[in-house]
Amino acid sequence: MAAVKTRSEVALNRIAIVSVLIVTIIFLAPIYWIASTAFKPRHLATTIPPTVVFQPETSPFVKLFLRRSQLREQPTPEEYAAAPWWEQLVFDGGEKVVRDGRGNVQFSGYPSRFMNSLIVAVVSTILAVGMGTLTAYGFSRFKVAGEQDWLFFILSTRMLPPVVVAIPMFLMYRWFALNDTHLGLIILYTAFNLSFSVWLMKGFIDEIPREYEEAALVDGYTRMEAFFKIVLPEAATGIAATAVFCFIIAWNEYAFALIMTRRDAQTAPPFIPSQVGSGLPDWTVIAAGTFLFLLPVAIFTFLLRNHLLRGMSFGAIRK
Amino acid sequence: MAHIELRNITKTFGAKTALKGLDLEVEDGQFFVLLGETGAGKTTTLRIVAGLEKPTEGTVLIDGVDVSDWGAAERDVALVLQQYSLYPRYTVRENLEFPLKSKIRKVEPDDMARRVDRVARTLRIDHLLDRKTDRLSGGEMQRVSIGRAIVRQPRVFLMDEPLSALDAKLRETLRTELKNLQMNLGATFLFVTHDQVEAMSMGDRIGVLDNGRLVQVGTPSEIYGNPRNTFVARSVGSPPMNLIDGSLSGGLAVTDAGFSLPVAASANGAGNGRPITFGIRPEDMFLDPGAPAEAAVHDVENHGVAKIVTLRVGEGLVRLTTSARDRLAIDEQVRFSWDPEKVVLFDKTSGLSLRHNT
Repeated sequence: MAAVKTRSEVALNRIAIVSVLIVTIIFLAPIYWIASTAFKPRHLATTIPPTVVFQPETSPFVKLFLRRSQLREQPTPEEYAAAPWWEQLVFDGGEKVVRDGRGNVQFSGYPSRFMNSLIVAVVSTILAVGMGTLTAYGFSRFKVAGEQDWLFFILSTRMLPPVVVAIPMFLMYRWFALNDTHLGLIILYTAFNLSFSVWLMKGFIDEIPREYEEAALVDGYTRMEAFFKIVLPEAATGIAATAVFCFIIAWNEYAFALIMTRRDAQTAPPFIPSQVGSGLPDWTVIAAGTFLFLLPVAIFTFLLRNHLLRGMSFGAIRK
Repeated sequence: MAHIELRNITKTFGAKTALKGLDLEVEDGQFFVLLGETGAGKTTTLRIVAGLEKPTEGTVLIDGVDVSDWGAAERDVALVLQQYSLYPRYTVRENLEFPLKSKIRKVEPDDMARRVDRVARTLRIDHLLDRKTDRLSGGEMQRVSIGRAIVRQPRVFLMDEPLSALDAKLRETLRTELKNLQMNLGATFLFVTHDQVEAMSMGDRIGVLDNGRLVQVGTPSEIYGNPRNTFVARSVGSPPMNLIDGSLSGGLAVTDAGFSLPVAASANGAGNGRPITFGIRPEDMFLDPGAPAEAAVHDVENHGVAKIVTLRVGEGLVRLTTSARDRLAIDEQVRFSWDPEKVVLFDKTSGLSLRHNT
């Protein structure tokens, strides 16, 4: 029978589509705001009412990456003409690029903070998901004495708000000289994510029939070979979903990054708000920093979207 | 090919005992079937032989060598399961190659290709070689599973209900194929099933498991004709053996159901005076207008080659087979008897056959 829709069904359908559109617009509005501000000239960033139509420019990004200071006096026309295009953009904004004694351009703090974020988030995600997967496999496949207690203990680390332990953690880190180090943040974020990763991965691995590995064991493979050849490919969906969650948590973490890092290992979240320009807050630069900051998560999630969709609905289909 | 021996195997899972003092021997080249209900310990036995479980007590010997401490990889046994035994991301060819690629075997690539092709031809799956396993039907999957076992040329084949997930027609075909294959290869098979038809039709020897204990081991005809206890009598044969309570008095079986029929003289003596369960196969009973016992027809099942007639005698029901040509009406009064030589006497309290005791 052909799918014939009644009039009320058509109406309902339209209402549903309109509602979804409205919700989507509400959710996307802040992202649009940040993205558009990142390309606005400075004087249009804070107009009331907001400027919607404007000539996009790249000056916020140029300023984001360069160290600048306020211009005391306007550059001479010769100076201006001799400057490269990005320096002209800075001049246009009433600022000048800071150079060292040999005339080399000084970069702002942003690129290194961004790299810090990337290093800390990527390494801690790999560690949390890797260790979590192995732990989950152990709990899933072997009889562990006190298994339920262990699992509860692992989960219990999530039961208090992390900020509660921020001060003691800070003191401990100072003792171990882990303050403002990549290693310190990596350990911290791995610890945050590990319990989550163990529980999520255990769910995924429990769903993989153990017959697969047992067949491999009998076929002449070691437990480790069976794990890597059979279990890991089957768990790819779960690993992808877990990795996205862990990455987002590590990437977005603000409170501990603010307390534990100052410069060397500072990540982007505490840095961006502090980057308020050389005079008044330059919102376009902040928006540019934020815009670049949201790209890695968006790209990572986009690349893994197929796995994610299957991963999110895991357990919905019972064998 | 190999000889398997299990000595005094006990396996417990926490408080639950899966196997208790199990002794089992499978001769080289034998098709041995372990028959039992769900939870009887069949799969545990198989997993212990495969090295996937360690017995709590006892030893496993393959070709006379104690392999109790060996891992599954070292035992050189092949395992075919009811399902989930094919690797889902691989093609049929990759599945067949997988056991040959193991480090402990080291098969040359052209030798590997030759072996895979030969197995694929034998099992008639050569047209499927490049297909992913999730695109196969149930029967094709089990063929590939069996192929993956054969390609290795293992010492022992272990099969855990490999045919149970298939539909009836296919099961029958594969049953014959598997039996032929075993004879052609001259391989040692340890085959686990809950299906007594599979056991009877394929096994050289059958071991009946009940609650973690091996109740009886014998050829299909021994198990069928001379069950060691009422459990074996009930679990083998379709319809199962009739078990009728009563006692023995002067060469006559006096049943609680109210009829008396003669039993063979050889069965006398041992059973006098105590409560007895008489066991008689449906095909050893017959309808006869001059027979001594009377009953009413309760139900008639037509199976084409024969009819299975259920008779109501007193409170009880007995089943017998009769020619498909016989016309019987429900509730019709009939007279019946049995072959006195075929009656098996069981002690009613212990359920043990008196023949085995003496």
